[in-house]
This record gives sequence, structure tokens and C-alpha cells, in this order.
Amino acid sequence: MSEQEVKNLEEIFEARIARDEKIEPKDWMPEKYRQTHIRQMSQHAHSEIVGMLPEGNWITRAPSLRRKVALLAKVQDEAGHGLYLYSATETLGISRDELYEQLHSGKAKYSSIFNYPTLTWADMGAIGWLVDGAAIINQVPLCNTSFGPYARAMVRVCKEESFHQRQGYEIMLTLCNGTEVQKEMAQDALNRWWWPSLMMLGPTDDMSVHTEQSMKWKLKRKTNDELRQQFIDQTVPQADILGLTIPDSDLKWNEETGHYDFGEIDWDEFWQVVKGHGPCNKERLQTRVNAWENGQWVRDAALAYAEKQSERKIKKAI
Amino acid sequence: MDKKDLIQYIETIADNSLILGQRMGELTGHGPTLEVDIACTNISLDLFGQVRSYFQYAAQLSNQEISEDDLAFLRQERAYKNVLLVEQPNRDFAYVIARQFLFDHYHFLFLKHLQNSEDETLAAIAKKSIKEVSYHKRFSSDWIIRLGDGTEESKQKIQTAVDDLWQYTQELFEPNEAEKAAEEKHIGVDIVSLQAEYTQNVGKVLQEATLTQPDLKFFQRGGKKGIHTEHLGYLLSDMQYMQRTYPNMKW
Repeated sequence: MSEQEVKNLEEIFEARIARDEKIEPKDWMPEKYRQTHIRQMSQHAHSEIVGMLPEGNWITRAPSLRRKVALLAKVQDEAGHGLYLYSATETLGISRDELYEQLHSGKAKYSSIFNYPTLTWADMGAIGWLVDGAAIINQVPLCNTSFGPYARAMVRVCKEESFHQRQGYEIMLTLCNGTEVQKEMAQDALNRWWWPSLMMLGPTDDMSVHTEQSMKWKLKRKTNDELRQQFIDQTVPQADILGLTIPDSDLKWNEETGHYDFGEIDWDEFWQVVKGHGPCNKERLQTRVNAWENGQWVRDAALAYAEKQSERKIKKAI
Repeated sequence: MDKKDLIQYIETIADNSLILGQRMGELTGHGPTLEVDIACTNISLDLFGQVRSYFQYAAQLSNQEISEDDLAFLRQERAYKNVLLVEQPNRDFAYVIARQFLFDHYHFLFLKHLQNSEDETLAAIAKKSIKEVSYHKRFSSDWIIRLGDGTEESKQKIQTAVDDLWQYTQELFEPNEAEKAAEEKHIGVDIVSLQAEYTQNVGKVLQEATLTQPDLKFFQRGGKKGIHTEHLGYLLSDMQYMQRTYPNMKW
């Protein structure tokens, strides 16, 4: 293909996106579009899978049967989200095994929030309320993103996430209406998860490398700073209802802007965790690698059995 | 049937689902594939759903003197009546599947008969649960076949697991006092009568899986009378942790 032909295709492609048309896997797309989507979608899938671990940590210790069932269902939903997102990523011409390999080798990233430990039951509430809350703010705009399979997967993911968020908030509400010990547990969880949740919305706009291109392809519709502000504005009144204090002495309502002002985020901590030095980075990755390696003989057996079955069918047919 | 005896019978049934559900829940996030992970969590969810139905019924029989959570989380170890089979640990995926398989085939036959219970609530729970359990049985049997007729390594692993766990199967068919009493009143299932069909059904799958059915003379028993293996205590310390550490609170 000549340079001119590629340029023409690119123009047609960009015009389609500008008209809000969906790009489907078999359509022509620029290599950079393909690679960016593989990167972002697989990162999203990995986040779902690694994200099962901090909450999975409390399945065996959930305090009531009702909570245990709800937690199991929630973590299972995350596995389901991982599954659709891996499948959607595979439509771009990469296999699930290759994607796992990128996760296990540390080449692919996942959301840094999952590198923090879940220390008490209240963390199940705080994760649902704050982490799923921030995830929804990040993800709702993706329901209209340009790549069809991603947009469709996100519609379903967002519905379930919003259920999870309400469930998390309800855990917090129960704790805050409970005993002094339970309320302290809730406050402690908020103290530990607040700042990492703000960091989940990504680096500030002046530090973010992907924003401009991603806006054009509708992988992003608002900047990180806008999303973060939206999250804070939405969450502060919810904390008030719970009777909890957000651990930021600079947080205050600004009449002029109509938004909350907030304190400085510790970006050194953010980059430290992103670069692999958070409290649980090594453990989370090792757990995934172990699950994969310990499952090798099981996957080999399933494959060997399937091959024997198809051979038997062929023999029968002859 | 006296309410107290009926509650004992309900515990004998429900504790199996409770303890096996807890074991399967330990696997969430650690499965050999994402699909298997989802399936194991699903089995755990089904089992806990059954536990809730049984224990809510028991709570109702006690005039709400005890709650479903008291029954699940606040009994002493010796008061749990599950069979030894279901408390055995997740040593590897072969043990997970073998344990599930050996229990599912029993569970299915048990529920098939419990549907005819003269206790309407138990019959209704059985009707709902058997649909779930027939899926569990298919899942575990399919995996027995895949692992048995898969690679040399998988065959050896699943055979070892079946051999090791077989010693806990006899107990499934030995009624405790509550089961005997329930059976006499046509509320419970005559579990002794299930064994022949069980052995046949399990044998058919093992044969298709090219595995050998173990031939044992000695069996382990005791769970139904509250005499467990050493594994149960650890499982309970995890499961009861919140209720024991923070007594009398709502979650």
C-alpha cells in the first residue's frame, strides 16, 4: 500500500470516528489504534482479574451468610468482566495466552489500587464505595468509545459496577450505624482508601501522556483532572451521610467554582506503586503467576482430552 | 417430628453445603482458567444459597431464637455435622474435582429423594437445589473424565486424589441419629438405600475416565457425629473469625 493510500484510509477512518460510527474488528484501522486498544483493554482486563484478589481475601471470613454470598457474586462478576474484556481484546489479533504472558512478565500494567492490602471487613465496603465509584466515573464514558467490542463490553460492565458500588456503600452504612468499633473500622478504611482512589483517576493532565490521542478516539471524553473533580464532588456528600471524615484537611466547598477544593495528592507514592513498589505488587503478581503455573497440567489435560475426542470422532466417521 | 430433632436433621444436611461452599470459595481468583474459576465460584454460591434456605428454615423452627448466622458461624467444632469428605483441603485441582465429584453424585441422589419429603419446606428446597446440583455433577464428572483421559500426569494426579478421598465415601451412607429419626417420620431420606446406585453412577464415570475404582476395606467416618479431621478447626477459625472477634454485631 502506498503512503498516499494509507493516508486516505486514515482520513476515512478518522472521519468515521468523528461521525460517532463504531469501528469493528474486521474494519481497517491504523496500527497505532490497534496497539493503543490492545494496551488499554488488556490493562482493563488485567485489573479485573488482579482486582479479584484483594476482595477474594475476605471471602472465607465474610461476617454473615448474606455478605458472603454477595461478596462471592461480586468477585465472580469481576472474573466475568475479565472474560469479556479479554475476548474483546482478542478480536484485535492477540491471544489470551499472550495477554497473560504480558501480565505475568510485568510488561502489562493493571490498576495500581489493587496493590493495597485489604486489612479489615470495612475494606470490602470502602472498595465497593470508592474504588468501584472511581471505576464507574472512568468507565461510563467508554460505553460510547469508538471501538465496538469495547463499547459493548463496557455497557454490561458499568451496569454491574454500579450495583457493586451501591453494595459497598451499604456495607459502609451498616458499619456506620453499628457499634463504635464498627464505625472506627469504617473510618480507618476510608482513611486508607481515599487517596489511592483519587490516584485511580490517573496522573494530572499536565503529566498524562495519552490524553490527546485518546480523546480523539473517544477512549477518553474528559481529562483525568475533570474526572477526579467529579469523583470528589460526588463522594464528599456521601461521606457526610455516613458521618465519616474525609482525610484531607484542605477539603472545602468552593462557592465560586461550584466544586470542592482538595489537598495535594502524593504523586511520589503513585509513581512508586505504578513502578512496582507498592505494598502488595509482588504478592498480587506472584499469586496470578502461581494460579497460572499450577493450572498448567489442568489446561494440558483438557487440551489432550479434546484432541483425543476429535481423533475418535474422525475415526468413527471413517 | 420434634422441632429440635428436625433442626438437628437440617444441620446434618446443610453443614455439607456450608463446609464444601467454604472450601470452593477459597479457590476464587486462583483457578487454572478464568472459566473454571467462575464455575467453582458458582458452585460455592449455589451451596451457600442452599445453606441459607435450610438455616432460615431452622431459625423459623426455633421461633427465631437462633439465626441463620448463629448456625453457620457460632457453633463449636463438635457441633458441625458435615461428612469428613467435604472438609478435606484443596490440595490441588485434582483433589478439588475428586471431592466435588464424590459428593455431587451423593448430593444429587439425596436431593432426588428429599423432594418427596413430607416436610413441605425441605421438599421445596430440594426441588430448587437439585437443578443446581445436577449442573455441579455434570461439571465435576466432565472434569474427572478430562483429567483421567487427558495426559499421563493428569491421570496420575486424579487417580491419587480419588484413591485418597475414597475412604470418606462410606460415611455418606451411614445415618446418624437425626437422619434415622427423620427417615422414620418420612421427612428424611433413606440414605442407606442410595449406595448401590451411587457406586454404579460413580463407577460409570470412573470407567469412562479410564480410572480405577478404589477397593478399600477401611473407611473413615465421624463427621456426622461431630468428630472431624484436623482440617475443620482451621476452616472454622477463618469462617468464624468476624463473629467471634466482634460478638453481637450486625454486618
